[in-house]
Amino acid sequence: MANENTAAANAAALQEANATAAKRLLDLKDVSIVFGGLRAVSNLNMHIDEGELVGLIGPNGAGKTTAFNMITGVYEPTEGQVHFDGQLVNGHKSYQVTQMGMARTFQNIRLFSELSVLDNVKIAFNMHVKYNLAEAVVRDKLYFSEEDYVAEKSMELLEIFHLEKHANDIAKNLPYGEQRRLEIARALATQPKLLLLDEPAAGMNPQETKELTNMIKWIRDQFKLSVLLIEHDMSLVMGVCERIYVLEYGFCIAEGKPEEIKHNKRVIEAYLGGEAS
Amino acid sequence: MDMGSLLHQFIQQMINGISLGSIYALIALGYTMIYGIIKLINFAHGDIYMVGAYLGFIATTYLGFGFLPAIIFAMLGAGLAGIIIERVAYRPMRNAPRIAILITAIGVSFFLEYTMMLIASPQPRTFPAIFEATVYHLGPLVVNSQQILILVSALVLMVALSYIVNKTKAGMAMRAVSFDADAAQLMGINVDKTISLTFALGSALAAAGGVLVGIYYNSIDPLMGMMPGMKAFIAAVLGGIGIIPGAMAGGLILGVVEALVSGFISSTFRDAASFAILILILLYKPTGLLGKNVREKV
Amino acid sequence: MNKQRKNDLLALGACVLIYAIFEVLIQLEIIGPFWELNMVLICINIILASSLNMINGYTGQFSIGHAGFLAVGAYVGAIFTVKLGLPFPVAIIAGTIAAGFLGFLIGLPTLRLNGDYLAIATLGLGEIIRICILNIDYVGGASGFMGIPRLTSFTNIFWIMIVILFFIKNFKNSAHGRACLAIRENEIAADTMGIDTTKYKVMAFTLGAAFAGTAGVMFSHYFYIAHPASFTFMRSFDILTMVVLGGLGSMTGSITGAIVLTFISAYLAEFPEWRMIVYSLTMIVLMLRRPQGLFGSAELSAQMFKGLTKRIGGVKIGK
Repeated sequence: MANENTAAANAAALQEANATAAKRLLDLKDVSIVFGGLRAVSNLNMHIDEGELVGLIGPNGAGKTTAFNMITGVYEPTEGQVHFDGQLVNGHKSYQVTQMGMARTFQNIRLFSELSVLDNVKIAFNMHVKYNLAEAVVRDKLYFSEEDYVAEKSMELLEIFHLEKHANDIAKNLPYGEQRRLEIARALATQPKLLLLDEPAAGMNPQETKELTNMIKWIRDQFKLSVLLIEHDMSLVMGVCERIYVLEYGFCIAEGKPEEIKHNKRVIEAYLGGEAS
Repeated sequence: MDMGSLLHQFIQQMINGISLGSIYALIALGYTMIYGIIKLINFAHGDIYMVGAYLGFIATTYLGFGFLPAIIFAMLGAGLAGIIIERVAYRPMRNAPRIAILITAIGVSFFLEYTMMLIASPQPRTFPAIFEATVYHLGPLVVNSQQILILVSALVLMVALSYIVNKTKAGMAMRAVSFDADAAQLMGINVDKTISLTFALGSALAAAGGVLVGIYYNSIDPLMGMMPGMKAFIAAVLGGIGIIPGAMAGGLILGVVEALVSGFISSTFRDAASFAILILILLYKPTGLLGKNVREKV
Repeated sequence: MNKQRKNDLLALGACVLIYAIFEVLIQLEIIGPFWELNMVLICINIILASSLNMINGYTGQFSIGHAGFLAVGAYVGAIFTVKLGLPFPVAIIAGTIAAGFLGFLIGLPTLRLNGDYLAIATLGLGEIIRICILNIDYVGGASGFMGIPRLTSFTNIFWIMIVILFFIKNFKNSAHGRACLAIRENEIAADTMGIDTTKYKVMAFTLGAAFAGTAGVMFSHYFYIAHPASFTFMRSFDILTMVVLGGLGSMTGSITGAIVLTFISAYLAEFPEWRMIVYSLTMIVLMLRRPQGLFGSAELSAQMFKGLTKRIGGVKIGK
């Protein structure tokens, strides 16, 4: 019964959403999290529609990464609900959230650093592999066909990101920029509906950042997914996002198109203060 | 068994447990200090305790020392051994993967045990009775003078350690390094020296424990450090590893539990009880009784 | 034919060859009873080392209680043949399942712990298993389980070892094995790749424990006796040394480590103190000088067979 109710509620929410825009993919309702008395994020309301490219910005310690972690199931919100693709995210572990169709990258790159570049991507295909342990050990037909498929698909992804010539290199030996690209390639290999990028431009020079801007747009169109971007680099956020949320001290202080955010007084005070004056 | 004798046996086992527990606490202190400062489970720590017992044996048997000079001799010798071990085996590995350091520590442990076997033969040695074991009867309860000696010595050493850690400059440096070695280095603290000092102090306490056990059980052997070493580690984890009062509390609790298990169930299950405590604490509160929860930042 | 299949068949051929050579040498009595015993021991140690390598090397979970599972296999196997009078193959399967099941039960809660804590917990559990056996009179208690028939031979232990090695190799080269490697490399990243990390940790631990159980059955049915003193922490350390010497994460390494250390202990059998000193010094020096072990995490066989197949291919083209 409870499930039916939430399903009904979801359906209602979806219909409401459909009236105004495309299908709602991610929905945060009054989400808060408390760490030992500290409210890291308070009453966050946020949504992402299918195909949207959304930014989440804010000064250091505003709770951006914490919000990210609640969306991806690393932390469970103290209050409020996170819905993804019609399913409740609360209470699910992060691997289950990934299986629902969310993929992410990390602020501090987390590759499988001692493994080959190809293996890094292959691992991301794991949850789509159909053979079981016994079939893997006796190596039946299914094993071979699945392994061929995974290898082929992984190479395709590497080619897209111009990493194919490094396929057999150890991941940690890649230059920084390529490690970032590999991390994105790996996230895409899980075949997500929503891609979350945590400060992808960190440590990149302006040229690389520019390339990244183009790449993010291109990924969205090519893979037909939505993107949520946490970023410090204003040029990247303003250049690529269609809608932006601004966090400060755990509160969402503004939401809107890049132009609106640029001219929003509170945002300028809170975040762009230095640059504006 | 009626209630009276049950209660009497309970108190008797408490007394035995506390004296055993204070030895665990002495060894556990070293474990906890070393873990606190370089995040290493020093598997060889139990063997330092064994080395300390042998040094005490040499001091009393061959050099004719009394209790106090013997225990100081053992503490100095073991402290030196601790510094050398850290210098030779652990310092070069400070940035190595954790598993590598852990394996090194296991290696050092076996090296000490079997080198001692080679030097002193695997046979147990009889520790000379430098203290007359006077038995006091408090009503139905039995306390012997050695138990009192252990308890008093352990208390004195713990107070001394607390003083060093909390009131002296060197102690402050130790706390700083264990909090954040890099920051301490920037503040002009000599990290290497501080780590050496920690090993020296921890090892000296273990050696004191070794001498006290030698006096209590009259017998020492090259593998005597294995079990107490593990028990002391359990005590350190129980109290919250890296926390000095935790090690003291953990040692006492473990000693009492073991005494109660041997008194009321069977002494063969004594060791199993300790390990069961370890598993339970690891599962339900891995940071220990006095520890705080931390989680990895994503 | 598929390239991987071809490599497998080639490897199998090599195994048949190795087996044939040693069997002939045994039959001709060029290899005497002492070295035959050590050959059996090498096979048992290879099983132990490569199964521990699944847990410590592939999955990166630091277990140092492997002797406990060896003990479970040894005793359960003996109960099946001696007490229940069942055939040896049944005992082997029973010992394997029992150790695996215990590994599963133990792994489920303890594998939540990381690094050092897990090491200590497995050490403790290994000791608990031993202490429990010590207190069960049904299996002989402190004096050991005696009167076990010698049913293990070089032939059956060799082929069981080969089956297990193939199992582990194929496991590693599958999505399941890659999941384990991912956990070793970065558990949080593995999680975000949709990998149920607990499931795979428990899987590796269970399989590793099960194979240690197999080794246990073979062990007790070769030496006529299962004694609690054979399964102490020292035994676990032995196995760990083999894995680390060869290189954590390398099956070739585990095999080499097992062979080298079994030979060293055979030669130093008369000087038990020296044996442990050599062991521990090897360990310390290795960690200081070459912490990745002899092979690192690389596999010799993969490269070797690649080279070999290329050469064979070259000859064909030449014709």
